[in-house]
Amino acid sequence: MAKAKLKTHSINREWCKGCGICVEFCPAKVLELDEHEKAVAARLSDCICCKLCELRCPDLAIDVVCEKEKEGTSEN
Amino acid sequence: MAIKDYIRERFFPHMWCPGCGHGIILNNLLRAIENLGLKKNNIVMVSGIGCSARISGYVDFHTLHTIHGRALAFATGVKMSRPELNLIVPMGDGDALAIGGNHFIHAARRNINMTAIVMNNRIYGMTGGQYSPLSGYGTSATTAPYTNIDHDFDVVQLSVAAGATFVGRTTTYHVQQMVDILQKAITHHGFSVVEILTQCPTYFGRKNNAGDGVEMMKLYKDNTTSIGSKKKQENPDLIERGIFVQKELPEYCDEYKNIIARAKGK
Ligand SMILES: Cc1ncc(C[n+]2csc(CCOP(=O)(O)OP(=O)(O)O)c2C)c(N)n1
Ligand code: SF4
Repeated sequence: MAKAKLKTHSINREWCKGCGICVEFCPAKVLELDEHEKAVAARLSDCICCKLCELRCPDLAIDVVCEKEKEGTSEN
Repeated sequence: MAIKDYIRERFFPHMWCPGCGHGIILNNLLRAIENLGLKKNNIVMVSGIGCSARISGYVDFHTLHTIHGRALAFATGVKMSRPELNLIVPMGDGDALAIGGNHFIHAARRNINMTAIVMNNRIYGMTGGQYSPLSGYGTSATTAPYTNIDHDFDVVQLSVAAGATFVGRTTTYHVQQMVDILQKAITHHGFSVVEILTQCPTYFGRKNNAGDGVEMMKLYKDNTTSIGSKKKQENPDLIERGIFVQKELPEYCDEYKNIIARAKGK
């Protein structure tokens, strides 16, 4: 899998409804829900830039920007 | 263009419940459209009524939010008068196959060029969790407290039998497959049906002890498989995902153009 490097990972707290889908399905376990039930990227350095959190977010609240290398994504 | 350029940001956060799969469909439909490089001005989204149908309010295309079950009829009118436009018609399972069942089969039979997306959460979300023709035998709903005795349609088989020339199925868990199938459906010249299994944690999930959005998506992962996979042979109960039909047949607006020419003696 080609490795992409993370530039920015942003979560729109106004739009996030705290469903936990990004937290559960992140293959690198980067995300958690904080005390306000909003998603936060708690372990950003572990992010593998697969963007699955962005794609699976029902609230369109996540934006992952990676440096332009070949985008490696994984899914069963 | 970024997908944010395709939405009406002023209406966000949207009205769907936490963990509702309808937002995941919106998210990945926009990605499919972005990948195809379609111009906003060339897309018409037509929806009926339901939580699912609210999707048309959030996209910055030409949009019609019409009446329950009749989205395909309105879309047919638009397409017949402006065949050069891309028609996308997202519908709930109730909208598409209960009240709208007849419109659905006849649009498929005509092979009119549009993309029908069945956002199948197996329940009437908007009106409080009544069972739909997709709920299936043995499920619970507000209107089936002692469990449902109706059998469900198979949307794929129904669409194939009705004459749809593109038929696919995926789930909100399989987002990359969703983008891929939607792109192919939108570019297909004919009537395309994409069934997307999508969770309604608020009603289907709660009534059937299926858990929250996360748990319901895990079920999509565990209970589905690619068409014709080895897993399917071992466990026939698995639901198949992928593209079931993709074939070229004369398209309705093209045929109609020919009829006009013939009537004019050309
Ligand atoms: C003619 C008519 N009959 C009934 C209704 C009430 N009604 C509104 S939405 C709906 C069903 C919604 O279920 P579905 O289409 O599956 O979409 P969901 O809300 O689950 O996304 C019904 C019966 C209506 N609005 N119009
Ligand atoms: S009621 Fe169900 S379908 Fe409607 S927004 Fe809530 S979770 Fe989604």
